Amino acid sequence: MATILQYLVYGLQLGSVYALLALGYTMVYGIVGMINTAHGDFLMIGALGTYFIAKLFDSMSIDGTYPMLAVGCIILIATVMTGGIAVGVEAIAYRPLRNKPRMIALITAVGVSMFLTNFPRALPFIGPNPRPFPTLFTPKTFNVLGASITSTQIIMIVLAAVTMLALDRLVAKTKIGAQMRAVSMDKDAASLMGINIDKVISITFFIGGALAAVSGICYASVYPQVEVYMGSWLGNMSFVSAVLGGIGDIRGAMLGGFILGIAQIFATAINSTFGYAVGFIILIVILLVKPAGIMGKVTIEKV
Amino acid sequence: MKTTNAKTMHPLLRKFGPLLGCIVFYVVIMLLRKADIINGYYMQVMLFAGVNVLMTASLNLVNGFTGQFCIGHAGFMSLGAYGAAVITTMVFKSNSIPEAAQIPVFLLGLLCGGIVAAIVGALIGIPSLKLKGDYLAIVTLAFGEIVRALLRLIQPIGGARGMIGIPNYANFFWIMLFVVLTLWLLRNLIYSSYGRAFIAIRDNEIAADAMGINTTKYKIMSFCIAAFIAGVAGGLYAHVLSFIQPDSFGFVKSADYLVYLYAGGSGSLTGSVVGAVLLTILPEVLRFLATWRLVLYAIILIAVMLYRSEGLIGGKEVPFLRIKRSSLYEQPLFGRKKNGLSEE
Repeated sequence: MATILQYLVYGLQLGSVYALLALGYTMVYGIVGMINTAHGDFLMIGALGTYFIAKLFDSMSIDGTYPMLAVGCIILIATVMTGGIAVGVEAIAYRPLRNKPRMIALITAVGVSMFLTNFPRALPFIGPNPRPFPTLFTPKTFNVLGASITSTQIIMIVLAAVTMLALDRLVAKTKIGAQMRAVSMDKDAASLMGINIDKVISITFFIGGALAAVSGICYASVYPQVEVYMGSWLGNMSFVSAVLGGIGDIRGAMLGGFILGIAQIFATAINSTFGYAVGFIILIVILLVKPAGIMGKVTIEKV
Repeated sequence: MKTTNAKTMHPLLRKFGPLLGCIVFYVVIMLLRKADIINGYYMQVMLFAGVNVLMTASLNLVNGFTGQFCIGHAGFMSLGAYGAAVITTMVFKSNSIPEAAQIPVFLLGLLCGGIVAAIVGALIGIPSLKLKGDYLAIVTLAFGEIVRALLRLIQPIGGARGMIGIPNYANFFWIMLFVVLTLWLLRNLIYSSYGRAFIAIRDNEIAADAMGINTTKYKIMSFCIAAFIAGVAGGLYAHVLSFIQPDSFGFVKSADYLVYLYAGGSGSLTGSVVGAVLLTILPEVLRFLATWRLVLYAIILIAVMLYRSEGLIGGKEVPFLRIKRSSLYEQPLFGRKKNGLSEE
């Protein structure tokens, strides 16, 4: 029982990383209609950026731990920076291709992903070597029914849940949310209604990039190592969770992320390779049963 | 598309020119290899370029001509590679087969690899191609990763360590033969009534359906043929490198083929050849840049997509890979062509 509960905690922890990243995937897909394969690299940039920003704040640290204010500043700067990079990538690489076939944008995204991975790798002061991630949160361990849970894990899980709710409300209730929904339904009609499409898409990318940075910080806080390749497989898995929950749907991304995280941890306990494959097997089963994903709606194409 | 060159070309030359060109190309390469102007490393790059042409052309059939999105093509390649390697290395114990039997065993291996890939292609194609939309993309992505994970689990074929000691039967002759054969086959397929059905589905699936084309059947057919070719290409790859590993057929590899396809120009066999050959050679040429190599490669790729998003070739074909519709109606192998039926 205690073991199962412990695995569940690990599953929720991994799931919240997937979920935060999947939110960005699903929003970009829902609004622009492209699979942004470079999204996983935003996570890497967020985590790596945090490492270097934390170095700048080194003078404020006491025994390797930072005061709350510094932690807040580090996270804020890293998040805004990654969001800014995401907006820049969209403006330079994706915007000119918006009216081209979608596969073209996918190939460009592959190129962007390659660039975002290899550029830091080639820079002499970053390089390919893994680095230890600084301790931003000092973990306190609690004991719940025999399973140990740290404060970092609680922060992560709560943060993911709160972000999801906030984002869901943002899209459902605010003006920018209404604009986002309008653009995702029909770009041309939205444009005729006076919605600045470029602005809406930029904001979407900013939110996606910022959430990727947050999930990168979360991931690196519990698996304290950052390197330039960390984005690719996390990106893949969170794409799977976005599809699992129904791509384009915010609650679906969240649900998919947690399902995938928990399934993966339990499967890894059986066999480490199987743990990697289980996500894809669940994906195929779900797609065969319900092609649009758990929360997705099937759209009927009209002539 | 009116090229005076192709119009005035002698029909005999039109018919046998490409074959002659291939033979001359082969002989020249072999002479250069003898004279050691082309060293082993260049040869290796050329062999990989050939395998990549096969992969890209087969992907082109699905993505470029039928308009479906397969983004896990390396999965079929790995099935073919393992299928062929198991036949040549394990079933027939490669080091104990006599000289004369090597080639038949090798071809049998390639055939088995292709068939395995085609069967699996049908298994995943049938449920996902019945639906319209992006499902094939997502299912093939998942399929590629599942195959990789499962191959890692099977210990008799080396598990995650991979399979070693595969005989390197695939020399330049075989690679070239298969490239020429595949391109010829694909050209004829694309200009047959099947190919027209594929293109109709690509251009407008609903309209094709309304015209009485069984879209599901043709989509599955195109997908299986592509899987078969990818399987054969995988078999060749295994017998070039003589070492295969599940991790070398991951999403990165599939993405490579997508890049070759779309950078060269989808919907054009010439584009596939140009894209695959150029982009196989480019990273090798850039090797002097050390770690900046892939950065520059990425920038070139993004620039090509931004400024020439239809691909380098952009849907055009060289005359040999294009059948003039007029030549379908008249067959004067010896003698002048009539000017009665001209294309367009």
